[in-house]
Amino acid sequence: MVGVCAVSHLMLLATVSIDNLEVCTPGVSPTSIFHPAGPAATHLNDVIWLVVGVTAAIGVVVLTLLGVAIVKGRRPAGLSPGAEPTQVFGSNQVELAWTVVPTVIVFLLTLVTVRVIRDVDLTEMPDGALRVQVIGHQWWWEYRYPELGIVTANELVVPVGRKIWLELESADVSHSWWVPRLAGKRDVIPNYQTNTWFQADATGTYLGQCAEYCGTAHAGMLLRVDAIDAAAFEAWSTAQRSTAADPSSAVAMRGRAVFESLACASCHTVSGVSDGLFGPDLSHVASRATLGSGAIDFSEDNVRRWIDNPQAIKPGCNMPSLGLTPDELTAVVAYLMGLR
Amino acid sequence: MTSLPATPHRLGERRPWTAVVHEWATTVDHKRLGIMYVVTGMIFLVVAGLEGSAMRAQLTFAENKLISPEVFNQLFTMHGTTMVFLMGMPVLLGMANFLVPLQIGARDMAFPRLNAFGFWLFLLGSILLYFSYLGAPGLDGAAAAPDVGWFAYAPLTERPFSRGNSTDYWILGIMVGGFGSMTTAINLIATTLCMRCPGMTLMRMPLLTWMMLVVAILILTAIPVLTAAQVMLLFDRSLGAHFFDTQNGGDAVFWQHLFWFFGHPEVYILILPGFGFISEVIPVFSRKVIFGYPLMVAATVAIMFISLGVWAHHMFVVGLGPFLNSLFAATTFLVSIPTGIKVFNWLATLWGGHIRFTASMMFALGFLAMFVLGGLTGIMLAVVPFDWQLSDTYFVVGHFHYVLIGGLLNAIFAGLFFWFPKATGRLLSETLGKWSFWLLQIGFTLTFGPMHISGILGMPRRIAYYEPDRGWEIWNQISSFGVIFQILAVALFAWNVITSLRSGRRAGNDPWDAWTLEWATTSPPPEHNFDTIPVVGSRRPLWDSKHPEDPDSSYGA
Repeated sequence: MVGVCAVSHLMLLATVSIDNLEVCTPGVSPTSIFHPAGPAATHLNDVIWLVVGVTAAIGVVVLTLLGVAIVKGRRPAGLSPGAEPTQVFGSNQVELAWTVVPTVIVFLLTLVTVRVIRDVDLTEMPDGALRVQVIGHQWWWEYRYPELGIVTANELVVPVGRKIWLELESADVSHSWWVPRLAGKRDVIPNYQTNTWFQADATGTYLGQCAEYCGTAHAGMLLRVDAIDAAAFEAWSTAQRSTAADPSSAVAMRGRAVFESLACASCHTVSGVSDGLFGPDLSHVASRATLGSGAIDFSEDNVRRWIDNPQAIKPGCNMPSLGLTPDELTAVVAYLMGLR
Repeated sequence: MTSLPATPHRLGERRPWTAVVHEWATTVDHKRLGIMYVVTGMIFLVVAGLEGSAMRAQLTFAENKLISPEVFNQLFTMHGTTMVFLMGMPVLLGMANFLVPLQIGARDMAFPRLNAFGFWLFLLGSILLYFSYLGAPGLDGAAAAPDVGWFAYAPLTERPFSRGNSTDYWILGIMVGGFGSMTTAINLIATTLCMRCPGMTLMRMPLLTWMMLVVAILILTAIPVLTAAQVMLLFDRSLGAHFFDTQNGGDAVFWQHLFWFFGHPEVYILILPGFGFISEVIPVFSRKVIFGYPLMVAATVAIMFISLGVWAHHMFVVGLGPFLNSLFAATTFLVSIPTGIKVFNWLATLWGGHIRFTASMMFALGFLAMFVLGGLTGIMLAVVPFDWQLSDTYFVVGHFHYVLIGGLLNAIFAGLFFWFPKATGRLLSETLGKWSFWLLQIGFTLTFGPMHISGILGMPRRIAYYEPDRGWEIWNQISSFGVIFQILAVALFAWNVITSLRSGRRAGNDPWDAWTLEWATTSPPPEHNFDTIPVVGSRRPLWDSKHPEDPDSSYGA
């Protein structure tokens, strides 16, 4: 037993060197599982290469045997019509061999698997980790930082080099949180709290999307993690904690009045103004890079297009077109653009 | 019974069409029911194939607007549901219906009228499911067809998230068809256990019959669990129960357990009959007895037991905890041992044979190659950390299409080319068959191979559109391109069937020089199958009669 454990450990070590081979060069895909950017994804990648190697070897052996059997098995020319090959009914030794060898391989793979599960599948928050609550909605993500008093949406901002502990919950149906370069996926299930963790080793933007079918706009439920350095994160969290900015111009003032008087306020929170919970918190919406859970980039034009007719940009989403007049639209856009 | 003709009508004989329809509609003959199952299933193959082709068209370009997300979500739901319940199950149960009584030397199934009842239930269920396109619309914003995925995860299926009636049609259609499958399973078990001809001991049954017996037991174990879950869901939706209604304390993971307790054995319900066809076709065209018959039987039974204990490998990303994840990884690895045994035994049967490359044999060899590849990606997915990355991605879609299309569909074509002459009295065209074979293999590979790569690059399943910056577009375009070859292959097969029925070469009783009992009677067989009930002394009764100097019985087989 000890020997077998040692072997499985060696197999794991052997794969670490293979892991450094860049099969998918960065830039080919921002979501490739073969380009991990943190320990949670790297652990998985190690074992993935081992398994790809073992299965590829099995595949080569079996398919070669098939090829040889086919080539050698061609019916010899000039055989009399009734001639049959030797009938072999079986062989206990041979059959025992191809029962035992796969059993050994399977046993080793099981040990390796259990090992990585033990390393990666944490059941409690690691020391020093930053706790973030993730709440899946049809079809956007809510992020809450309970220790920091921050509520935001769709873009998870984290400090680089620190473990992030995610507590996943759902407001409606099942979703799945998956940013391939940072960690494997974990389902988000109503009435359950599931957990996962990751750590980004370099600053940058990491992309992903919901990986459990969750209804009409499932394809538009994108994920985005921005890893920034500790100082920038400190500044960001201070800004996010502040109350939403007051309008700074007359038109923005009118925009806030429109926002409060129409249905906007019943779905969206703007701290100090409204406390709707169905849609994303907009207190600092202008600090984000995208709109509609990643559907479009955040810009004045796009905010206008989005509010005017969200269904044209993200079909099936729960935000209705309120039929604002061009004046009202201009005012609301001016107000939102000021919510930094 | 006396009013029915003693034999099926002869080809080319002219009678009023009403008489023909009446004869088929009222038949309790296992062979006719089998043919009706297979024909219905192949029609649904075309329907589901067109649904799949529409999805491929949409995914050819990033951010494509050809098909709306609402319609796309209905397409993948109907494609999956149709392929599993309306194509796979009926074709395989139909072939079991046709072949099992013939292979064991029986005159019919144990309960012929129950058999007919099962077929008509299946047809009713199928029609109910597709009737949703007409019957489900009405409420504003309600889906016209089921759009909850073939796995119908709660609580997406509950009233608050699935308005209208489309989910109810999905439940009822599958449930009614499920009762049909259960009656057929009972019938198959009774038939194989009680109706075998003299000398046909269990360990002399042809492997196809063995595998159909195991499949029937699996159906009886797995389908009732799905039916029970569907009844609970129906209670939730119609009577205000809260089994899976998470807004009132229901449990979404409970549905996943119930569904996959059915869903994983279902995979083996689909693939084991394929193993059965291969186990008949490879020996006959290698001209060798199957290698290691007892171990093949043991492996089949082992697969049956193991397949009932692996369901949570569909739920590795749910967060069941390290213990359960490790346990289900171990049981899943275990399945690869009996499956590997089968593959090696087929290879050993080929080894040193005199292979005849008929269309049927080529499909069987195609099955072997494709199934091995699909099996290996299956091992990868059993490695839980791998699964955390690749579960619910196109890698999984590629994996199971290698198993179920590259594997099972190849096996079905191998079986259809092999037994078509027995069912109709005429041979299919070998030339057209080989064209179909190569087109299909090229199509499979082009469509399903690149899906592994798009999955590795992070593309999830069931998305109606995708972002252009992900590097997925080229792989999706290759996938879509492959569809053309598959459509051609299936169209060519349909043409082959139509022309061969009219003018195919006469088959005679035993066109392949085969060894099991179905080849001892005429093609097509008379309604009573055998004029006198055969008596067998080994696993290959026709080998014994063709080689009286060297019968199998002298080797204890």
